[in-house]
Amino acid sequence: MLRIIKQKISSRGLSAPVIGGYTHRLSPVASTIRHFSSAIKEMLVRDALNSALDEEMAADSSVFIMGEEVGEYQGAYKITKGLLDKYGPERVVDTPITEAGFTGIGVGAAYHGLKPVIEFMTFNFSMQAMDHIINSAAKSNYMSAGQINVPIVFRGPNGAAAGVSSQHSQCYGAWFGTVPGLKVLVPYSSEDARGLLKAAIRDPDPVVFLENELLYGESFPVSAEVLDSSFCLPIGKAKIERKGKDITITAYSKMVGYALKAAEILEKDGINAEVINLRSIRPLDRATINASVRKTNRLVTVEEGFPQHGVGAEICATVVEDSFEYLDAPVERIAGADVPTPYAANLERFAFPQIEDIVRAAKRACYRSVSTAATA
Amino acid sequence: MAFVGAKIKIIQPLNLNVHASTHPHSFTSNNNCKFTSLSSPFLGSTRTHTLTLTRSISPRRSAASSSTVVAVSDVVKEKKAKSTSNLLLTKEEGLEVYEDMYLGRAFEDMCAQMYYRGKMFGFVHLYNGQEAVSSGFIKLLKKEDSVVSTYRDHVHALSKGVPARAVMSELFGKKTGCCRGQGGSMHMFSAEHNVLGGFAFIGEGIPVATGAAFTSKYKREVLKEADCDHVTLAFFGDGTANNGQFFECLNMAALWKLPIIFVVENNLWAIGMSHLRATSDPEIWKKGPAFGMPGVHVDGMDVLKVREVAKEAIGRARRGEGPTLVECETYRFRGHSLADPDELRDPAEKAHYAARDPITQLKKYLIESKLVSEADLKAIEKKIDEVVEDAVEFADESPAPSRSQLLENVFADPRGFGIGPDGKYRCEDPKFTEGTAQV
Repeated sequence: MLRIIKQKISSRGLSAPVIGGYTHRLSPVASTIRHFSSAIKEMLVRDALNSALDEEMAADSSVFIMGEEVGEYQGAYKITKGLLDKYGPERVVDTPITEAGFTGIGVGAAYHGLKPVIEFMTFNFSMQAMDHIINSAAKSNYMSAGQINVPIVFRGPNGAAAGVSSQHSQCYGAWFGTVPGLKVLVPYSSEDARGLLKAAIRDPDPVVFLENELLYGESFPVSAEVLDSSFCLPIGKAKIERKGKDITITAYSKMVGYALKAAEILEKDGINAEVINLRSIRPLDRATINASVRKTNRLVTVEEGFPQHGVGAEICATVVEDSFEYLDAPVERIAGADVPTPYAANLERFAFPQIEDIVRAAKRACYRSVSTAATA
Repeated sequence: MAFVGAKIKIIQPLNLNVHASTHPHSFTSNNNCKFTSLSSPFLGSTRTHTLTLTRSISPRRSAASSSTVVAVSDVVKEKKAKSTSNLLLTKEEGLEVYEDMYLGRAFEDMCAQMYYRGKMFGFVHLYNGQEAVSSGFIKLLKKEDSVVSTYRDHVHALSKGVPARAVMSELFGKKTGCCRGQGGSMHMFSAEHNVLGGFAFIGEGIPVATGAAFTSKYKREVLKEADCDHVTLAFFGDGTANNGQFFECLNMAALWKLPIIFVVENNLWAIGMSHLRATSDPEIWKKGPAFGMPGVHVDGMDVLKVREVAKEAIGRARRGEGPTLVECETYRFRGHSLADPDELRDPAEKAHYAARDPITQLKKYLIESKLVSEADLKAIEKKIDEVVEDAVEFADESPAPSRSQLLENVFADPRGFGIGPDGKYRCEDPKFTEGTAQV
């Protein structure tokens, strides 16, 4: 019994997120496994981010954190917990409520070779600092012809939380993804969070690191390799979370979890879905997406953001450009509703993709059902 | 706009280490040079105090030139001189400043000519008339100090040491420009000379400058580079002084005592919007004390006055005493940009300031105080004219950027373009920089 379970795990890869019903089936045995193999540990995304920041700040004294409530409050979402005590107020800087000001200060510091990590309490507030993220950070290396690069990281929660209404719920992946000169990362699991944040801090270019508030409290298994302080994931490479052969589902951030659950449900109907965790919106890993579509011939893109000009639109265009002959069905694009996010819990639920929507879209792409889109 | 004789009572929350002198400080009869008081223990005091560099403050900081000035300004105060003392500047300094101002003027005039001949294009904003501010401040800086400017940045770059050839080529959009033709008139960057741009957006440079000052402090305190006393100058205009980012940075710079000087080049006009129509309280220097830093107003058409104020402010910043806000009342002789018809400004106003041309004033002063001879100045003018001509020739003959340059420098790490369809990084593709539709 143990051997079979172990084989199952190894074929999925140690970092396959264990969620939903799968956990129930596995948990009694999983605890036994933990005694035998020290490789599988669980880590909260919040702790993953905290440990990544901690290790990078310890390794390089030019890394500092700046943002609202990052110091004495231990971080608005406790991501920077404990760092003030360890590194002091010069390196964990609490700022007044001045996004434009402190983002610009971070950019100016990065011009001179320091490595700021600027935290936005949510990415909605980054709109007040948009001029600096785009005009003085993203474009500077180009405008100065390579003389001045900007090794800065902008991080914070992005996308919808629960019941926070329109001004606090927008997803900025597509906005930042259009700007040349930025790198835009969207981690999902703890492994993603650790690896991508470390890569972002070490990267010599401006990186927008879009986290998700609802993922902070979720825990994922991490291997010993992930816990090593030099662990780093490459920027611009997507990850195939679940291999499949019938349909490709691309997703990022929280939607990866939904897509995986949808894949479980589809499995019961005989549809073997391949789930791609984008990890990086810019640069988009077009190679992986196209290779997958060429294998499965069908595509569903899932995102939380607004539909028009979204990440899914870009993926669809890419696939049509590169792999048109391989498509057996039109690309299905699932996105948030084309409305500012409502407050009421039931309306909010209608405004964002749910697992049933992904399942329905996948079935449509496989011509298994005749119902038309019912997401809005 | 004279602010003479105002009685100022400033309540300073921070205890700053400055002494207040009781001498009314007057350089000329046309007194436009004032300092606000700091940490006066007598909160009820209403005297106009001066911020003086007394000898007791950090004597180790006085370099040769500044110690001359300290001694001299005391002498000046005692004599209550009626005009700028001829010991305010040495001959070398005088020639240096004159050369710099003349270079700025000749260069900008040449830019106008080249623009109308079609060699330069887009937005070009000229600095004629404001040279005293640039030369007055920047000539006091070290190479490691930083300058952040706006779109009116040609002369700031030149004063800081960027060669005229590089600036002219950049304006022509050639490969040999300081930014290889990728920045243009409004985006002059030079890592070597610490010119951090060149920003098109109003107020955008101020937080960046504050960040550069933050780095200086960080290097000293966290990275333990003990001698790091680099100062940053942020230049911007009267219109910017109403922008939110300006206030945010005044707050943070004063809060964290950053080594930065906010230099307002108040030329009274923001394109066609008069400063008085746009600002509730037009006296910009007053915004400094509101945030806990000294605010100074100075006549920006007189390079010697600007230089005095600059010395004090830069000295303050280097000693770690924090930021200063300096408002320089100046004027731009040309329109906002070369495309601006400049119809809204009163010709009488223009004539008034044209009569106070900073270069003519300095020339007059240098000759009258017998520091230099006419011949010296003529030699400089001739030299500069040649430099500018040479810059134009150089720029003309330089090649335009090649097509492969289009995709370069987007990222410091070129793998930022991502993975190509063949699974390898796009930047490794030998045809990458030839401009394909894929990217």
